[in-house]
Amino acid sequence: MDGQHTLRSFRRLGVGTRLAIGLPVLSVLVVATGLISLRLGPVPIKTLDVVWATLSTMGIDGPAVDRTAQLVIEQIRLPRIIVGAAVGMALGLSGTAMQGLFRNPMADPGIIGVSSGGAVGAVTAIAIGLVDLFWLALPVFAFVGAALALLLVYGIAAVGGRISMATLLLAGVAVNAFLGAVISAIIYLIPSDGPLREILYWLAGGLDSRSWDHVRIALPPIAVGATALALAARDLNLLALGDDEARSLGVRTGATRTALLVASALVTGSAVAVSGSIAFVGLVTPHVLRLVLGPDHRVLMPMSAFGGMLFVMLADMAARTLIQPAEFRVGVLTAFVGAPFFVFLLIKNKRQVYAL
Amino acid sequence: MTRPVPPEVDARRLAYATENRTLIQDVDLRTAKGEFVGLIGPNGAGKSTLLRTLARVLPRTAGTIRLQGRDLDTLSAREVATNLALVPQTAPYTQGFHAMELVLMGRYPHIGRLAAEGAADIDTAMDAMCLTETDSFADRTLETLSGGERQRVFLARAVAQHSRVLLLDEPTANLDILHQLKILSLVRRFVDEGLTAIAAIHDLNMASRYCDRLVALSEGRILAQGEPAVVLTPAILAAAFGIRAEVYADPVTGSPVVSPIGPADEQVPTHEISQGEEQHG
Repeated sequence: MDGQHTLRSFRRLGVGTRLAIGLPVLSVLVVATGLISLRLGPVPIKTLDVVWATLSTMGIDGPAVDRTAQLVIEQIRLPRIIVGAAVGMALGLSGTAMQGLFRNPMADPGIIGVSSGGAVGAVTAIAIGLVDLFWLALPVFAFVGAALALLLVYGIAAVGGRISMATLLLAGVAVNAFLGAVISAIIYLIPSDGPLREILYWLAGGLDSRSWDHVRIALPPIAVGATALALAARDLNLLALGDDEARSLGVRTGATRTALLVASALVTGSAVAVSGSIAFVGLVTPHVLRLVLGPDHRVLMPMSAFGGMLFVMLADMAARTLIQPAEFRVGVLTAFVGAPFFVFLLIKNKRQVYAL
Repeated sequence: MTRPVPPEVDARRLAYATENRTLIQDVDLRTAKGEFVGLIGPNGAGKSTLLRTLARVLPRTAGTIRLQGRDLDTLSAREVATNLALVPQTAPYTQGFHAMELVLMGRYPHIGRLAAEGAADIDTAMDAMCLTETDSFADRTLETLSGGERQRVFLARAVAQHSRVLLLDEPTANLDILHQLKILSLVRRFVDEGLTAIAAIHDLNMASRYCDRLVALSEGRILAQGEPAVVLTPAILAAAFGIRAEVYADPVTGSPVVSPIGPADEQVPTHEISQGEEQHG
């Protein structure tokens, strides 16, 4: 009762106030999770050494740190955590954008097949050997694949201008099945001495052995896409109510929707390019945040960037430590949380799901 | 010498057609500032299409629309939104937004893309909610409100939008009689204060009572327009709706009252009519 009341009064605060409270809270959690995550692993490193090694990696010199510790932080743990944060940010953002665009709380880049599109793009680039010639081929192909899958799903689900929940989910099932078959076909077609191991990597999302190269691949396009999505957050509030609403309140719906779709595909594709497809982050993050912060995308969009970050970083931390010295892939952990959540949402939205 | 004031809305030879169907055609509609125009006609006559075309929500396929003499096509999307407010027929699925948040959306066209609503915007929204008596459920989600309450929230948003022209699509559909009266007198009040309203209204007697002028649509074309007494005649009602109806003056308000008798092509036994006339004295 009391908790409900607090939630309600928090929602009543202005957009700026909600962000001014929410962003610092999530930032602190992200940094704390990052530091704890840096400390965990087979090589024991003292907390202070973690801090100094991290700062020295960023060019801020402090007391000298043990060489092994410095190397482990600089070359292994830090890039992995940064890639995880970038991927989480991308997935949180694209989930939020897609739920608004499709006017549908079940949308998620993994569920509706956009991540699979990115994976097919990435696998194609690896299979034909383009990646060895030109490293940008990987993110570019992943982006194109994600964009084509998103357009396809949008085209199927938006038949007649209405997007029903069942159609969207079924379109996702169909697109995922088709793209999965494309990946299988590519695997059968490549010669046995080809890059099979690399390709198998894309079949399940993971963050193991991520390097600064992956940071360089993922961060710039994710930053561009995130900026575009943040700029369109208010328009997304109106688009989520429908095209008539959006147009009558001054949104150029065609251009805005295209920009949102391209930006969503860009961030999803970039995430998939460096981590394979990690499902359910885009589904869970906006839902949890919406409960506390309300549906306004001007609050939700920036917060889901940090929320997605936190989700993937926590999942990765668990993946690395639960079964030491082995580790889970991070997609396994997000699915453990996300799939039951998906079922819960299905039950909660039963009426809407079955209303065609 | 003052130049003649251009009409608030001046639509000429308006048409909207999809690949298979023409929804409105050759529509000429002019409204002066401070005029309340009612659109009447059977289902599918093109009332909603006309309103949505005027709001530039639908791209018209022919014709011109001028807003105080300015071509609507030369205005940006935001300028259109600050001049014309559309109140939808059925409230959309509102994604869990609170009533107040929805009303504040009326301020979006007025503030910068990245700016949040300021104190003045919140005052404007609150005023609009008080006028429409929606302030008591400001922080409830629309899903928890009744149809009439939702309708009023969207009217409040149109008011907060501070546009000169209100386009209302069936603002009284599904409302009980008290709320029909409340909504229409509110619109009437806005019009008397200088706004212009164009509303699709199903109830002919409500339209007759509150509107300055009626436009009868049938199959996408204008059948007749003018003061209620000019449009609400048995002949026009028969042509537009396919009904047989009697029209008489309301003893209290003086506005024409339509008394529908039956489908135009159906023979109605005369004793029923005479009985009806007796009842009305």
